[in-house]
Amino acid sequence: MSAPDISEMGWREWLLSERPQSRSQARLGRAYMTWRRFTANQLAVIGLFIILALVFVAIFAGLLAPYSPVVGDLRGARLLPPDWAHWMGTDDQGRDILSRVIYGSRLTLYVIVLVALIAAPIGLIVGTVAGYAGGWTDAILMRITDIFLAFPKLILALAFVAALGPGIENAIIAIAITSWPPYARIARAETLMVRNSDYIKAVEIMGASPGRIIMRHIMPMCISSLIVRVTLDMAGIIIIAAGLGFLGLGAQPPLPEWGAMIASGRRFILDQWWVAAMPGMAILVVSLGFNLLGDGLRDALDPRSSGQ
Amino acid sequence: MTNEPGRRRKKASALALALLRFVFIAAVTFLGLIAVTFFIGRVMPIDPVLAIVGDRAPASVVAAARQQYGFDLPVWQQFLLYVQKAVQGDFGTSVLSTYPVMQDIRRVFPATLELATVGTLIGLLFGIPLGVLAAVKRGSFLDQAVRVIGLIGYSMPIFWLGLLGLLVFYARLGWVEGPGRIGIAYEYTFTPVTGLYLLDAIIQRDWSVFRDVFSHIILPASLLGYISMAYISRMTRSFMLNELAQEYVVAARAKGLSEARIIWGHALRNAAVPLVTVIALSYATLLEGSVLTETVFSWPGIGLYLTNSLQNADMNAVLGATIVIGAVFIALNLLSDLLYQLLDPRTRS
Repeated sequence: MSAPDISEMGWREWLLSERPQSRSQARLGRAYMTWRRFTANQLAVIGLFIILALVFVAIFAGLLAPYSPVVGDLRGARLLPPDWAHWMGTDDQGRDILSRVIYGSRLTLYVIVLVALIAAPIGLIVGTVAGYAGGWTDAILMRITDIFLAFPKLILALAFVAALGPGIENAIIAIAITSWPPYARIARAETLMVRNSDYIKAVEIMGASPGRIIMRHIMPMCISSLIVRVTLDMAGIIIIAAGLGFLGLGAQPPLPEWGAMIASGRRFILDQWWVAAMPGMAILVVSLGFNLLGDGLRDALDPRSSGQ
Repeated sequence: MTNEPGRRRKKASALALALLRFVFIAAVTFLGLIAVTFFIGRVMPIDPVLAIVGDRAPASVVAAARQQYGFDLPVWQQFLLYVQKAVQGDFGTSVLSTYPVMQDIRRVFPATLELATVGTLIGLLFGIPLGVLAAVKRGSFLDQAVRVIGLIGYSMPIFWLGLLGLLVFYARLGWVEGPGRIGIAYEYTFTPVTGLYLLDAIIQRDWSVFRDVFSHIILPASLLGYISMAYISRMTRSFMLNELAQEYVVAARAKGLSEARIIWGHALRNAAVPLVTVIALSYATLLEGSVLTETVFSWPGIGLYLTNSLQNADMNAVLGATIVIGAVFIALNLLSDLLYQLLDPRTRS
């Protein structure tokens, strides 16, 4: 049987083929369909663009920023309004706000990546173990999860940072501690769905250990819904991190963290509004980007709920 | 029917079981809340004994205080003591105000309650109509606009919005009063009864105070209301879409009812049940959002109390305020679950 290959069919037909010739073709085809659904949502594409721009700016901050983010011109450039030399104006230390916002994108990215890297695995492990083990283990783990879920996130993070001491690393730990419960819930729900399926029974009969079953056969099934949820949560993480920064509990000066920049601009809000307004704009744009992206991802990956 | 009493008894026992389960979950969650704050109190770098006696007290005084406050006991005994006190509302004394923490919280809590209530009302006033319209005109420009307005609400750092609001509506336009809860002219002449100033002004028929208080609360409450509206409109839309797809809507159309009657009279009434739970949750969210809002607006509520205590390392006050906010938040969450079960006959089977 000679299968028509890509050169004869063209990429689109190959991807959308009703009879995929290999697993990878089927997988790529599905991914392509998801991508099509995703790009049909213009708002989601805008979100994706914003996030890519954030990553780009963070990587090339050194090249893009016109001035130093930490050392300002105290004599000649204090509290200047936005103009051609300083697009976003300067702050009370004579530092260029645009440069600080650009470097601040690194801190924002740092926070959300670390929170995701800490919180998602905790939730994944708790949820899959609870779902697979069942019984008392499930009951106890889920009660703990519910206790954390019932907490107001910002308040809990505040209390943790108060105990750990202010600083960006402690803020990350505090936010991660408050962020994992929804992931555990999702992972558990996914685990319950596949737990009694035939392929799990098959590996059980083959003598796979519970640890191996959870790691190799259950966790991969939970990843995609977890990614969507993490993306949806990114905006909330950014806002909480900025809130901690605003209260002086997150990143410490002279780090150009956006929330802390708003706090330092608060004194000048009535006359030099740009000092507080510009970093807030950055927070709004980036977290809106994540919200748009998450919204679109949810619709694209879960066709049932699209349009709802 | 011969088996009617038996069935009723069975129903009653099922309800009792559900209530028992509810009480158990509530108790475990509250205990968890207290355990977490206890743990936070343990790991913090501030020695609570030194905070009371001062760091220049002689060793004998420190030891005596350590014994008096139970810090020499094993950890589990300390925890039991802590739980016992917390349940009675005893969170110790605030170093900053020198009053018992609970007394402080009782004083400041009405301010937060008033702000969150007005905020939720504003959120409902705009959120429900917008959600209904978005569902009815699904896929239209209006629908997209409501979606984007909602997403912007989710993405907004509220403390920043508050600062800009003060800049525009207070400093530039002069439409509202600035930070604080009541004007300096009334602060010492006005005697609150309930602690909710709007209500107090109405009770005392003091309209000039009412105008002043209203003019103070409207800006922070509107900003919180926007956040709440973002959530309520989104949920309303999704509930309404669900209801509008039901068969009774088709039946009502076939009967020739007006579209307005179908939407507002039939579909929205059925969507109201899950919406009640959303309102409780949104209330809880505003309670949390009030922490940052109060800081920006110098609003003398529990949020400002918490952040002030934080900045002065007043740990009794921080943990006490955390427990109270957490307890109210948990209670609202549980209440929304319970309301859902009570209001929707379908979940009672």
